Amino acid sequence: MRGSADLSCYAAGPDAIRSPGTLPRLLPAGQPAGPVSLAAHLTRYGPLPAGLGRRQRESLMAEVGQAGLTGRGGAGYPTARKLAAVAAGQDPVVVANGTEGEPASAKDKALMARSPQLVLDGAVLAAEIVGAREAVIVVHPAARRVIDDAAAERTRAGFDRVRIRVRTAAERFVAGEASAVVHWIERGIPAPTASPPRVAERGLRGAPTLVQNVETLAHLALIARYGAAWFRSVGTSAEPGSMLVTVRGAVREPAVLEIGVGTPIARALDQAGGASAPLQALLLGGYFGAWVHAGAAMDRPFSSEGLADLGAEPGAGLIAALPAGACGLRETARVVRYLAGESAGQCGPCRFGLDAIAGQAERLADVRGADPGLLKRWLPQVDGRGGCAHPSGAVRLVRSALRTFEAELRQHAMGWCSGTAGVLPVPAGRSR
Amino acid sequence: MTARTGQAAVRLRVNLIACDGRGLCAEALPELITLDDWGFPIVGDQPVPLRLLAGARETTRLCPKLALRLERA
Repeated sequence: MRGSADLSCYAAGPDAIRSPGTLPRLLPAGQPAGPVSLAAHLTRYGPLPAGLGRRQRESLMAEVGQAGLTGRGGAGYPTARKLAAVAAGQDPVVVANGTEGEPASAKDKALMARSPQLVLDGAVLAAEIVGAREAVIVVHPAARRVIDDAAAERTRAGFDRVRIRVRTAAERFVAGEASAVVHWIERGIPAPTASPPRVAERGLRGAPTLVQNVETLAHLALIARYGAAWFRSVGTSAEPGSMLVTVRGAVREPAVLEIGVGTPIARALDQAGGASAPLQALLLGGYFGAWVHAGAAMDRPFSSEGLADLGAEPGAGLIAALPAGACGLRETARVVRYLAGESAGQCGPCRFGLDAIAGQAERLADVRGADPGLLKRWLPQVDGRGGCAHPSGAVRLVRSALRTFEAELRQHAMGWCSGTAGVLPVPAGRSR
Repeated sequence: MTARTGQAAVRLRVNLIACDGRGLCAEALPELITLDDWGFPIVGDQPVPLRLLAGARETTRLCPKLALRLERA
């Protein structure tokens, strides 16, 4: 139901959102109520800054730099630096990346489903900043219709100054990597390509290409309206702004939330209804992320700085809670097997090494006489050895599991396991 | 890149997307290239020592997949 009460924050207009510290910024407040229309969008946020001349383009790029906006897709690269690199090239292209191939993450899908106009605003502005005539929006299949409708609404209103093209993303884990997105658009192959050249130098049809996560672009659209100081009024000084997080697992109300970067993890869990069982561990960041002891992490700020010594990062914004009754080794084995199957299969160490590591992780999980020496030998042989971060991400996850689930490791070594599995979502396997 | 015992300002880099794991490189240049358990080359990040530079250059030409090259360190 699209009840108007759910959109009450929109009626309040830009003054409400402008007041420092107000959250959420990107998502409509209240329950999910379907996509926000162009009219309601403009009422809430005010108009998009008028067509940008060279001077305004440069000052907006500087504003993004002062805001300290970083990529919200997982890698956290400074957005202004990427904009500058692409703007320096000839005839650049912008790609809004709404692939979200990470099965545990729902934040980009939620953003596109509820605030599609903000994403399109950001894509259009990014195109104007770098001097691109076209923005390609690559969206998860679940968001395709909403984005199509939103783009059509803009066309009818005669709204846009750059051409918007919408493409459905490939549903694969590695499909969201920047070069894989370009490869997918251009040739229908959702696999990373060799770097260098980076897509910022040579991407779509050889043009310098800005591949930017859809949430990052939505933030950009608000920085363009309200400025850097406003953006920095939430978050920490080192990691300013808000971010979308997916909170799931053993919580009462799994949800996509918008929090200030650096919000204590316990508070994010509270906003998701609180833990539904005693917790033993959290998976932070995503499937390339890290397991941490729940007790050690609970009061930590959800930021790179706050999590660094735990070996974790906010990454793509996943907070998955593992209840005390589950076996972290079994969860990890399921995810690593999935990641091994999601290898693009292009690089030997990823294709063969991840499969081997997944096999040992499964033996460990199922108490079938794993050889811990083999895992120790293979993890460094796979770490850092691919055309993209896929093998390194999987290695990171396994290493964090070996650090975090010591008690289970001892139990399993003695031949028994008391835990259940099935907390984390793992799509059915595919054959390469 | 002055002394003969020094290091060249280049290092080896393997493009693992192109690499097929034929293993010629590790046979030709065992000083700098080893193979992992699946037969794919592990090359260090360190600059190539000057005394191995000619051999390194020759090895890049040996690769049937053109997956090995020298780049600025």
